[in-house]
This record gives sequence, structure tokens and C-alpha cells, in this order.
Amino acid sequence: MSLELKNVEKKIGLDTHIYPTNLKLEKNTINILLGPTLSGKTTLMQIMAGLDKPTNGEIWFNEKNVTGMKVQKRNVSMVYQQFINYPNFTVYDNIASPLKITGVSSDEIKQRVGKVAELLKLSAMLNKKPNELSGGQQQRTALARALVKDSDLILLDEPLANLDFKLREELREELPKLFEDRDCIVVYATTEPSEALLLGGNTATLLEGKVIQYGKTLNVYNKPNSLVSAQVFSDPPMNITKIKKSGESCSFLDNSVNWKTKINIKDGEYKVGIRPHNITTYKEGNNSLEIKGKVLISELSGSESLIHFTRGNLNWVSLSNGVFQKNVGDEMKLYMNADEFIYFDENERLVING
Amino acid sequence: MNKTINQKAWFFVIPVFVLVAFNAIIPLMTVVNYAFQETFGNNVFMWEGTRWFKQIMLSERFHASLGRQFLFTFIILFIQIPLGIAIALTMPKEGIGVPICLVLMSMPLLIPWNVVGAMWNIFALPDIGFLGHSLNALGFDYNFTQQIGDAWFTTILMDVWHWTSLVVLLSYAGLQSIQPAYYQAAEIDGASRWAVFTKIELPKMKKVLTIAILLRFMDSFMIYTEPFVLTGGGPGNATAFLSIDLVKMALGQFDLGPAAAMSLIYFFIVLLVCWVFYTLMMRNEGNQ
Repeated sequence: MSLELKNVEKKIGLDTHIYPTNLKLEKNTINILLGPTLSGKTTLMQIMAGLDKPTNGEIWFNEKNVTGMKVQKRNVSMVYQQFINYPNFTVYDNIASPLKITGVSSDEIKQRVGKVAELLKLSAMLNKKPNELSGGQQQRTALARALVKDSDLILLDEPLANLDFKLREELREELPKLFEDRDCIVVYATTEPSEALLLGGNTATLLEGKVIQYGKTLNVYNKPNSLVSAQVFSDPPMNITKIKKSGESCSFLDNSVNWKTKINIKDGEYKVGIRPHNITTYKEGNNSLEIKGKVLISELSGSESLIHFTRGNLNWVSLSNGVFQKNVGDEMKLYMNADEFIYFDENERLVING
Repeated sequence: MNKTINQKAWFFVIPVFVLVAFNAIIPLMTVVNYAFQETFGNNVFMWEGTRWFKQIMLSERFHASLGRQFLFTFIILFIQIPLGIAIALTMPKEGIGVPICLVLMSMPLLIPWNVVGAMWNIFALPDIGFLGHSLNALGFDYNFTQQIGDAWFTTILMDVWHWTSLVVLLSYAGLQSIQPAYYQAAEIDGASRWAVFTKIELPKMKKVLTIAILLRFMDSFMIYTEPFVLTGGGPGNATAFLSIDLVKMALGQFDLGPAAAMSLIYFFIVLLVCWVFYTLMMRNEGNQ
């Protein structure tokens, strides 16, 4: 089983919503579409589902061309950012609705709904109506509706975006388990890099209607093929600075920071991407470099400290474990691990070692 | 939480009390005044107790006009609500068609009541009106000034023309507020058009429809100007609805006592029906 997009393009009027895209999603995988809002995640999902037709290109499912085939015949299910349930149905009837339409026997419906409800911790509220439930429970109901039928393709369009922090964390942890032994392709759209890392699987980074990179999630994170892909897959945003390399020694253009690198690339100017968590208030790794900055904003996020600082006329972001409170305007020292730098050439493509 | 008692808070409520008193309670009280007394002018009043109320409640004339009123209201609700929903469903959801449809729909609502009555009177006249003349030319024996059935038909048609738009606009607003994801979810389920209507659209429109039914009930139950101009309550008393009958009694016959009692009964019927209806419709609403 596989889902393949072949040169899929979507235009509405003169606007291109999706530039020609090739993507092959394999069976039993979670595929994450990662990109900011308006990057084309939802459009791409709707094309995959058959809710929307591509302007050009083809969609192949199981080696069969399904372009233009109606969504009802495609055996897909979808979960939305908004909690979409039938308002007048009980939770039980909501979950059972996709089965009832396909004419499954009532005994089997009962058994399957019971199983899914238990999986999603809804057993106690099967007789309630959606508006009597909390947001988290409403979204669980919508998830149960998507899981109850054996879909070949399950699409989740930012399912956690409308939930509050705690419920989001809770459901996020359960999600990978829900898809574990299912014979299907899962596509999951999100704006949050951390969500992609948590879910694993494969990730496609998207920006402005283009798929920038597709591959194993960790691979895309560790080896972004371009600066754009790295930026999409970095929250808080990645720090970028220009450097020059000559032999083994590298330095910032203003010569303020110098280090040795073993990376085997030709001499010249490069751009270096430094993830915020790679700039810390403490030393990490063997190739630690010291930089000085002036604190712009210092904020806490859980047990992590986010410090924005300026160096010259550039703004930098650092993310350190632990709670550090810095005063705005203070000069402070921070440390970067040069082994974790990501090098990009003048075209902002990843520079490959060797 | 402990609440501090502060009687000065009443000062903030007083303006509302004064306003409501001037626009509702004081005028109403003059009616109450007449309803319990007999007067022959010169500011001479005699206490009559509940005599006028008893008289009205037992009067066949009141029963007849009340019956006509309920029948009329029931018929126009029965036509306007489904028709309004049906029109709203066929209206375009986006594009240039939306403003065009909305403007066209609001046209009848912008025409003053008495103009509507006069328009339809001329439109339906059997000898020179377009509607009346055409119907007669087609072989129907149509004359709304003479025949009871024709008078009812014309009055109902006029009200449907004048007010269905209100139901359309409210339903349309309700439909527009349904997120597209609901339709997509139904499409994925393979739900039929009818199922989408009954399982998604109707439940989502419940609140606006409640408002639409309430407004149309109140308006049609208190209808006066349009039938007054169109038929004058006739032929005979065939289209003399409650308010027409009331005005006849109060200003035609100058029976101020019974008319005042009738006004109050009329008012309580409207209040009661609205309250019962609203309570029933909102009974199963969750804590949204």
C-alpha cells in the first residue's frame, strides 16, 4: 500500500496554492506535513483525500490512479482542527456513524465502537452529546470516528491546535500508540516542530506551497537540505550567521569567534545555522565557543529558559535547560557547540561533508 | 466568595427602571386602568372588577377572532419557515451572487406595512389588478373583496411575500456560520444530502430558527396594518384578526373597558406562547 503524488499542482485563479509536488507515502507510516500556516498543508491533505482535485498531476493509491475519484470511494478518514462531530448525535452514534452508512451489522458496530471508545477513554460518556463534553473529549470523539473504520488513509489536520496546553500534551503522547498496529497511512499536519519530533515517522517540510524536503523525521531535522527546511523545522527560529573558512579554521566574518572544523569543504564564505538549544548558558560538547551578547528578552518556558540577545546588529535566540533569569540589557556570556553547526552554501543549500 | 453589600448599586439600575417605566409600564398601566373600570367621559370612573375580562372570555366574537388569528399564524409559519429554509439553502455561498441575493431578499422587508397592503390591494383587484385580472382571465372565479377563501388566500400570499425574506436571511446567516469542515466530514462519511441537512444543518440552525419562529409568531399574531388596508377585515369579519377586531371595539364602538381587557388578554397570550415555545426549544441545549 502506498500513496503517491505525481507532479500534483493546485492553482486557484492566478494563485498557485501547491507547486508541482512529488511525494510517495508508504504503508504503516506516520507522515508529518510540517510548515507554518498558509504553507499548503490543508490543501495538500484535501487533495490526498480526494476532497479537492489537483489542477495538474495525478494521485496514485496502491498502484492505481485515483485522481478525481470521489472521497466516499477512497476509504479515508479525516480529523480537523475544529472539533467536528454531529451535534445532535450521542458520542456513541457519532463514533458509529461511518459504520452505519456502510451497512456494518449492529453487533459488530457495538463491538468496534466499544473498542475504540476504550482506546480513547470515552467509554464513560458514550451517551452524552458533543456539547456536553470538554474540548479534549470532543476531539477524542472525532478521533474515534476516524479510527473506527479501517481506513487506508487517515488524515489529521492540526488536530491538537485548538486544545489547551495540558490536553494537547496528553493527547499528543497517546497519538503514536493509536496508529501503532494499523494497516494504513497516517498523514499529520502541524505547525510545531516539537510535535513532528515526538511523532517520529517521516516529515515533509513545507513553505509557501512547496515541499522543501521529505524524509525520516530525524534525518530532516539533523540534515536539513536547505536553510529554508532548517528554518521550518526549528522553533524558536534558527540563528543564522555568515562565516568564512580557510583550511581547518573558521571564523565569524567579524573575526569575533574562531574555531577549528574537521568538515571537509572548500574554503570560502558560508552561512551557518545554529539551533537555539545549541546556544546555552553553560558549556556543552568538546568544541564549545564563547560568545557575548546583550539580553533583549528573557523568558521561561516550563523548565527551559529562552534568552533573546543581540550581537552587533543581529538578534539571536538561545534555549537553555534550567531556569535562568536575566535582566534586560545585561551583557552575558553564552556557549555554542561548534560540532552542531549546520553549514549552508551561498545558495542556502546544505553543504555535504566530503 | 464573600459579597459586600452595597445598596448604592441600586443607583446604577435606576436609569433602566425609569426607561422601562416610560416605554412599557406607564402606557400599559393606563390600559389596566380602563380594564377594571367603566367610564362615560369627564374623567368619571366606576369600578367594575373583572367584569370586562369575564365578558371578553365568554364572548363568541373574541373566540372567533382568536381562532382566525391562530389559524392565520399557523398557516403562515407553516409556509414561511420551510420556504425560508429552502430558499436559504439554494442561495450562493460566495461570489457576486451573495450581495445580489441579499439585496433582493431584503427588498420586501424595507417596504412599509401600509404600502404593502395598498400594493397588494391594487395588485389583487379583480377588475384592474394584475393578479386579480389574470386569475379571472385564467378562468378562476377570484374576488378577494367578496369571497372569504379568496380574501384569506390573498392575505396569506401577501404575508408570505412580505416576510419570508426574514426567515431566509436568518437561516442564511445560520448556514453561513457552519464551518466547511462539517460538510467535508459528512462527505467522507458518505452522508446523503438529506442526512447533511437533518444531521448538520438543521441542528446548527436551531438557534436562529428559534429566533425566526418567535419573531414571525409575534409579528403575525399582532398583524394589523396589512390586512386592514387590504381587506379591512372583510368580507364580513372573515379576516378580522385580533388586532383589527380590537381596534374596531376600542375606536369604532368606543367600548374602552372590554377593549382594554381584551388588550391585556391578547398580551398575555403572546407572552405565554413565546415563553412556552422558547422553553421547549431551549430545553435540551447543553451548557455551551
